[in-house]
Amino acid sequence: MPKGTGWRISLIVAFVALSFLYLTPTLASKLPAWWGNLLPKDKIHLGLDLQGGTHLVMEVDTQKAIEGSLDLVATDLEDTLNGKTLRFKRIARSGSDKVSLVFYEKGTAETVQKLIKDKYPSYEQSPTFDDGGFVAMTLRVNEKDAQDRKDKAVQQALETIRNRIDQFGVSEPTIQREGINHIVVQLPGIKDPQRAIDLIGRTARLDFKMVREDVSPTGAIPDDAELLKEKTVDPTTGAVSEIPLVVQKKSMITGDLLTDAQVRIDSQFNQPYVAIEFNSLGAKLFDQVTAANVGKRFAIVLDNNIHSAPVIRERISGGSAQISGSFTEKSASDLAIVLRAGALPAPVKIIQNVTVGPSLGQDSINKGLYAGLIGVLLVVVFMAVYYKLSGMIANLGMVLNIVYLMGSLAALGATLTLPGIAAIVLLVGMSVDSNVIIFERIREELKLGKTPQAALNSGYDKAFLTIMDSHITTLITAAVLFQFGTGPVKGFAVSLSLGVIINLFTSLIGTKVTFDLFLHKGRATKMSI
Amino acid sequence: MELLGKTSIDFIGKRNISFVISAIISIIGLIGVVQVGRGAANMGIDFSGGTAMQLKFSKPVVIADARAALHKNGVAKADLQEIKDGNKLLVKMAGAAVGKPSEMVQAAFKKEFADNAFTVESSTEIGPSIGDKLRKDTLIAAVLSLLGIILYIAWRFDFQFGVGATCATLHDCLAMFAVFYLLNKEINLLFITAVLTIAGYSLTDTVVVFDRIRENLHKNLKGAMNTIFNDSINEVLSRTIVTSLTVFLAAASLFFFGGEVIHDFSLALLIGVLVGTYSSVFVASPIVVILENRALAKKA
Repeated sequence: MPKGTGWRISLIVAFVALSFLYLTPTLASKLPAWWGNLLPKDKIHLGLDLQGGTHLVMEVDTQKAIEGSLDLVATDLEDTLNGKTLRFKRIARSGSDKVSLVFYEKGTAETVQKLIKDKYPSYEQSPTFDDGGFVAMTLRVNEKDAQDRKDKAVQQALETIRNRIDQFGVSEPTIQREGINHIVVQLPGIKDPQRAIDLIGRTARLDFKMVREDVSPTGAIPDDAELLKEKTVDPTTGAVSEIPLVVQKKSMITGDLLTDAQVRIDSQFNQPYVAIEFNSLGAKLFDQVTAANVGKRFAIVLDNNIHSAPVIRERISGGSAQISGSFTEKSASDLAIVLRAGALPAPVKIIQNVTVGPSLGQDSINKGLYAGLIGVLLVVVFMAVYYKLSGMIANLGMVLNIVYLMGSLAALGATLTLPGIAAIVLLVGMSVDSNVIIFERIREELKLGKTPQAALNSGYDKAFLTIMDSHITTLITAAVLFQFGTGPVKGFAVSLSLGVIINLFTSLIGTKVTFDLFLHKGRATKMSI
Repeated sequence: MELLGKTSIDFIGKRNISFVISAIISIIGLIGVVQVGRGAANMGIDFSGGTAMQLKFSKPVVIADARAALHKNGVAKADLQEIKDGNKLLVKMAGAAVGKPSEMVQAAFKKEFADNAFTVESSTEIGPSIGDKLRKDTLIAAVLSLLGIILYIAWRFDFQFGVGATCATLHDCLAMFAVFYLLNKEINLLFITAVLTIAGYSLTDTVVVFDRIRENLHKNLKGAMNTIFNDSINEVLSRTIVTSLTVFLAAASLFFFGGEVIHDFSLALLIGVLVGTYSSVFVASPIVVILENRALAKKA
């Protein structure tokens, strides 16, 4: 064997072995039991465009989270001041970052100022000012707290969404935060994307509010009440009707006091309903509210729509209740999931939704592989005809390239997309390019009368820089695409950049060593090129 | 086997013709780029925001009927396109909000084509904010990769060659825009990916030619610039063509067999490979000749 070929051959063989090792989890449907923990388990993932599925980007309305927490502060202050019999005219959130308080007397205002300083030290208080004869002041959330609150809201939304998806049952979902207020959700292979989207995107804020039967929905609505609508869908015609109802603005009980929600089937009407369980505080509140309001109606409000407004027939102790209504089994189970997983701290808006059906994905895989096969075949035949045996060596290099590339994709646990397959096919064409440049050079050197070995060496030497140049420029764009691309384009960039690097190795070391083996000792007088 | 024997074509002498052709291509390309910048070209919804759906019907659908069905049910603005293979219909609605339009389209077809069941093979809904972000990111990516290539060329070649290579690269990108603009093909993220890929790849041919020119310039210090350049191009002509041919074969198989999703993408690659080969011979080299001659004239 000629000098210096040993380590190169070992390297090539080692890389081939390594590639196949890493590819085993991808190729084998089930890993054998002896495939211990030390051996690689990562495999090439198929992108959503190949296996079908849904890619969602959601924007969390973080401003609403701030407003929500200010609403809570306002309610809490109301309760506290009522408890201390401090008289006030109005406490409410005003605008996006303030709570405004209005008092009858300056004295109360000053007491409250001190009280707030202890209770909400991080809020900025304004000095009292005159507001139409009353004493007013505002409480402003500071910028840093607001940012924290927003950040937490996105984090919380992410957790809640993860929870919902887990309970919904999707295999290998990806749920990630992106940027300041975006959440990216990928649901591979999902069958009913619309249902999943509805489930994920729902705020699911549950409130129990008393119905104000003393106020007409068409007349003026007092400050402490609001007009909500009860939507009912006729199960036979599908027609939607809306009944307006006036309810108390303040909720008696909220959904965060729930510990469980399950779908049950009503044995009498064979209708599904959602059975809910309160925690001890919730149970106590529920007991008190129902005891005090027998004979009155209370509204079960979901995301500001009245789900139903039953009459309280008797006091309900024990902390369990049920939400019934015109449910299908699916809609009941979805409601149970969102109630169990909890409400989103702020509404989310879906700003991107890419859904690929499984049939199109399979079609793409088939066509991509078919096109790849034909591409390989065309290039192989061309190289064999044009450069004869040498062309076959270049083809060997190309096959090595593909094996290495697939191996590295598996080792990195990379995602293969359709453009990624396209990149591999393109690389088939590019990978023989280096050899073409080298071969043409060798032909020239042979024409000058050099021996095959000498022609080979100077061919490789002189082509080296040219090959480096062309690879580096392709690598530059591939790297930039990798950095900025998303989804399918990223898949393209991954395949392309890996392929270019691998190609450098195979064309400069892989094919060279094969030639060296054939031509060693300089005895060869002819070269098949 | 050899495709071409020894050739002696006067490439540099034909530069007036090639410059006129390239100028026309580049101007059309520039118009295309400006139209893209204004959002007036056929923009993919990944940039413009909106909804695109691919529907597969069980029976053939006449586009006019489909359009009428959508109009009747409140979907006024929709681009419809038929995919020959298997009763497929592409519906594109630019700038619309996420969620509603896709439901409306499905409801409309369900109602109007009750006897022709369909499935939604894919649907893409992109909100305006994402489209904006993607546009910005793409612009940054394009600028960065072109800058990277130019910096590399500047480092690797001296000034005259650098200008030639840069012009050729820009020319190739513009040519791809020109063809897509003239064919009214959709400008989407995949197209831009193809353009940037070609920007990197097309340099291969240019570098092959340039390396040979420099080699010959060192060997032959006295010869006329035009002759050295022509000889060099002729010497490497067959490898310029063969390297492009192999990539062309690969891209062509993607174009013909890769399916509709990457059809336009492969078309862009095919155009890019062809133009890249042309430009390394007819754009890059003549520009260097002109610059080198000018530099020589100054010295003398």
